[in-house]
Amino acid sequence: MKKTIFPPPVEKANAISNYGMQRRNMLKFFGASAAVITIGSACNKNDDDVITDGGVNLGSGDVGILNYAYALEQLEAAFYVRVVAAPYSGMSALETEYLTDIRNHEVGHREFFKAAITAAAPASIIPSLEVDFSSIDFTSRTSVLTTAKAFEDLGVTAYNGAGQLISTTGNGPTYLTLAGKIVSVEARHAALIADLLSNGTFADTTDANGLDMARTPAQVLAIAGTYIKTKLNASNLPS
Amino acid sequence: MNLQNIISEIEKVDPEVYGRFDSRRSVMKKFTNISSKIALAAVPTMVASMFSRAYGQTPGDVNSVLNFALTLEYLEAEFYTNIVGSVGYLTAPAAAQAALTKIRNDENKHVIFLKSVLGAAAIAKPTFDFTAGNGSGVGPFTGYLTNYAVQLAMAQTFEDTGVRAYKGQATNLQSNRTALTAALNIHSVEARHAAHIRQMRRALDAAIPASQKPLKPWITLNYSGIDFPSAQSNINLSYAGEEITTQAGVNIVGLGGTFNTAAAASEGFDEPLTAAQVLAIVDPFIV
Repeated sequence: MKKTIFPPPVEKANAISNYGMQRRNMLKFFGASAAVITIGSACNKNDDDVITDGGVNLGSGDVGILNYAYALEQLEAAFYVRVVAAPYSGMSALETEYLTDIRNHEVGHREFFKAAITAAAPASIIPSLEVDFSSIDFTSRTSVLTTAKAFEDLGVTAYNGAGQLISTTGNGPTYLTLAGKIVSVEARHAALIADLLSNGTFADTTDANGLDMARTPAQVLAIAGTYIKTKLNASNLPS
Repeated sequence: MNLQNIISEIEKVDPEVYGRFDSRRSVMKKFTNISSKIALAAVPTMVASMFSRAYGQTPGDVNSVLNFALTLEYLEAEFYTNIVGSVGYLTAPAAAQAALTKIRNDENKHVIFLKSVLGAAAIAKPTFDFTAGNGSGVGPFTGYLTNYAVQLAMAQTFEDTGVRAYKGQATNLQSNRTALTAALNIHSVEARHAAHIRQMRRALDAAIPASQKPLKPWITLNYSGIDFPSAQSNINLSYAGEEITTQAGVNIVGLGGTFNTAAAASEGFDEPLTAAQVLAIVDPFIV
């Protein structure tokens, strides 16, 4: 996997040298990988924005969750930008209208998170991620819409699962409401794309209680990882 | 550390301690999961966190939110139950009938689910007047059972309102992670329903103001996309505030490109409603 490396801010570099090796050793001791989420909660957290061997660190606390959402929105936006720029063969006028709308929404989400994280924690924002769409045939309607459905359904489960990880204090409730504002739009996208693939399947993702699913960040990133070349480290996210 | 002993001690002064957690079994399960997954050093933090969640908000607060949700689900479930098989419904294409039946089933599942979560605390189903006549039976939606276009307009309003209602209550459920996640998992299903009903209305192309076309699966500005003069002011309440384009101080218009118009910026974010706003919207339907 290719990594995107960028230098940590100068003022934090010293803090890293104090703790970096210690933390790395600790992770090695526990046999940690990106899938180990909770170890980080017992560790020093001054290294939120640092790229170590673990990849781009999403960080901890609410900012970590915002970076997590930003990563997913980057993935979705990059996908739809490409879909709209080079439509699959036979894209109908209605499909063009809908996919362009969705492109606009996802770019808006991506840029919103970029601006919001920059305002709240400029030192902790993750960089632009490198995507890997080599498994998608952008000339094929089925390939594009199937991928779109997967991304939208993944986004819904990601936001549904992240809600409970957001703090109850400070800006936490504001962030929770913002996540809620976005997730229902992702669900609208998911329903529409499902219907384009097979009309009437808008809510076939529900369980026996009529509920959508929720996924943990580790579950989401394991799936999204296929499409994100930049290695992400979610080990400090809340759990 | 013996969590069982700690809880037993608390139980002496607070007999309802187990009720404050999801359940006794869930408490012990969480503790088991915790100790198997993380370093022991983190355990005291996790235990403290479990207690703060259990005591941070009384069960009554969470229950009142869930009962509020149950009221909306009762409304939706009975509405779809009434229209499926009705004269108006029978004029719809087969695919539309199947979709309405599926949504009816989902809403009835939501009722059953919320009632099971609330147990004895669940409120009884209110009596509804789907003509929006406050019990008179002759409100503006009189005859809705024979008019498919009116049925879809009502369905769209109920779904979009439901989405906004759940969204508005999320922060009131933060003290109970299980309840919050369940509510979010219903919230996104209501959005899926709304998206499909809106496509059905676009296909039918009835009672949509020309100036608000095309009707999309998402909400553009504060457009209801519904032309129904006798109930217009009430319908508009369900869309008031959806037009905002600034989120957390960030102006979305123009972000990322000129394609991000005010319409697109408003579509990309659904807005919450307070409980009071929702109750004003559904009041004419509740006797």
